[in-house]
Amino acid sequence: MLLRYLFIFLIILPIKAIALIEVDITRGNLSPLPVAVSPLSIDEDSKKSFKKILKKENIGIEISVVVENNLKQSGLFNPLNKDAFLQNPDIANLKPRFEDWNLIKAQALITGKVIYDNEKLRVEFRLWDVLAGKEMMALAFTTVPNNWRRVGHIISDKVYERLTGEKGYFDTRIIYVAEEGPKTKRIKKLAIMDQDGFNNKFLTLGNELVLTPRFSPTNQMVTYLSYFKNLPRVYLLDIETGMQEVVGDFPGMTFAPRFSPDGKKIIMSFAKDGNSDIYTMDLENRIVERITKHPSIDTSPSFSPDGKYITFNSDRSGYQQIYIMRSNGKGIKRISFGNGLYGTPVWSPRGDLIAFTKLHKGKFYIGVMRTDGTGERLLTENFYQEAPSWSPNGRVLIFYRETKTNSKGEGFSAKLWSIDLTGYNEKLVKTKTDASDPSWSSLLGN
Amino acid sequence: MNRNIFISFGLHTLIVMITAMSLPFLTKKPIDLPPIVSVELIQITDKTNIPFAPKAKKIIEKIKEKEKKIVSEQAPPKIVKKEKPDAVPLPDDKIKKVEKIKDEKQNPEKIESEVKQVSEFEKKDLFDPNSIAALIDKSKVESAETNKKLDKITQDQDKNIDFSGLSLSEEDALKAQIFGCWSIPLGLPYNEDLLVRIKLQLKPDGSIIRSEIIDHARMNKPGQGFYKVLAESALRAIKLCQPLRVPTTGYERWKELQLNFDAREMLEG
Repeated sequence: MLLRYLFIFLIILPIKAIALIEVDITRGNLSPLPVAVSPLSIDEDSKKSFKKILKKENIGIEISVVVENNLKQSGLFNPLNKDAFLQNPDIANLKPRFEDWNLIKAQALITGKVIYDNEKLRVEFRLWDVLAGKEMMALAFTTVPNNWRRVGHIISDKVYERLTGEKGYFDTRIIYVAEEGPKTKRIKKLAIMDQDGFNNKFLTLGNELVLTPRFSPTNQMVTYLSYFKNLPRVYLLDIETGMQEVVGDFPGMTFAPRFSPDGKKIIMSFAKDGNSDIYTMDLENRIVERITKHPSIDTSPSFSPDGKYITFNSDRSGYQQIYIMRSNGKGIKRISFGNGLYGTPVWSPRGDLIAFTKLHKGKFYIGVMRTDGTGERLLTENFYQEAPSWSPNGRVLIFYRETKTNSKGEGFSAKLWSIDLTGYNEKLVKTKTDASDPSWSSLLGN
Repeated sequence: MNRNIFISFGLHTLIVMITAMSLPFLTKKPIDLPPIVSVELIQITDKTNIPFAPKAKKIIEKIKEKEKKIVSEQAPPKIVKKEKPDAVPLPDDKIKKVEKIKDEKQNPEKIESEVKQVSEFEKKDLFDPNSIAALIDKSKVESAETNKKLDKITQDQDKNIDFSGLSLSEEDALKAQIFGCWSIPLGLPYNEDLLVRIKLQLKPDGSIIRSEIIDHARMNKPGQGFYKVLAESALRAIKLCQPLRVPTTGYERWKELQLNFDAREMLEG
């Protein structure tokens, strides 16, 4: 009897549940998230100590500016004007008055404080969800005072990751070729800087022509091409120690050496017996292995992040197009079929896309396509631009763009630009000199 | 003995509970089929925002004017036709004249087809989308009016709507509001399940009493960090949007709502 009633009861229950109305939300806005970056609070003693060491009036404000600029540059966040803030920075250890931050339409809030602790810089920061009125994250970093900009970048990465769901790209560096002088007599040096253009350093003197620098996966080493007595040489440079070594002299045209994902090999193309093909070199034993063998010109190889595939360009079909193959050179497959010429393919660190340069009807494009060649999207168009390099999270590309010279040969310039995958957030990357051939490091903390 | 009394008491309590909870529901009058006409309602609401509506109104007015004209032009011959057999006999030639008029202007078949509005549309504007929209729009107005009337007639009907959900225009209003509030996190992986279901309890003014992520356990699963980010963005959207644009009537119907946030469409774009 009891079972019968229970049975009836269980049958009736779900009938009520059916009444719940469901509404599908399949669209939202992609406008930048309003975020308030409160200046990090600092006590008077710490302020004085840091002023002595870093010559900065208020290091708390300086770090918050680094965070703010990073978030703004990403195009995904809209840091609110500090003049509108109703609560002072001394809220570091208190719960913010969320209604005040709600009033200025902030959806996320960053607070924190800076302490001078035993000759070190200690930064504590918190990320708050203003609408939910709760803390999302709280972290503290201790480092030498000179690393204050890196602390700002690390905070930016943590905030970016917590709010977007993917790793950031702010605590990274960019290596590039710094260019000076007239176009006909250009001095080219290797240079390195933070991704926001600060802490610029030159790594070579400019006596030799340098080209295509690329980071190793650990960011410790850089491989690049340089011409010594008109012969192309591939170098390895340790950016921490400044030690440089020659990997080898290669005949004919040599292009774009690049590390394999495990950092044990270099892949490049060079001409042997009049034919340009793709080769790898084992960095331990310096054994060179030929990967492609075709009478056409094969260049610009780049490994997939798992190291199983290689993308490269080749004119084997009659025109320069993009191909992929297995890392042993087998299973070659053409993936670009659009109009124009395709070059400089680079596999995304996420593994889902290949970035490329395209030349069509006299204009250069930077674009991306899926690894099977579908979904080609051209992100930016210009008179001359090339050499895209991915940010470590696979969301942003950095490349260089040259401007036209006038009839007198004046007005030439080469600058670094970045663009995200939406194609809307295109930004000039500040460099002290003209710049070309950028390469983005992976996250320094990794 | 005591045990039996205990069991009996327990069972009776259960029966009373079940009766209290379910019988009023079960004894509801069966749904009156004609007034629901849910399919028509949906079609009608679906077309509510169609920009053809003003055009359609004009077309209908034009047609009405035409009808009037047709009727006024053709009325006299009709009268002639009717009066002809009963009235005073006319000379043959006069009859012929009348017959001629009949042939030229009073073809009964033609008149019939022109008088019927639907066939008029079909005949002249079969491929004109504006006219088709006009037809739909007109039927919408008529059905909506019918529905209003029926709402007034029976109170039970309001309860029956428990199962019909929001009308499309009500749903559209709510969606449009939340679309504007939801900042989709752009770093989400495209090839994952990006659906977050949130159950809401609402006040009559649309403000939120309680929000609950249905698959809450997934937030803390390893490798599902993106789900947490997505769920938080959905909760922010709800909070930012409140009070929600809910219908002004039928609170019982929507006091509990489930919002299914799905970012795939936007991210795959």
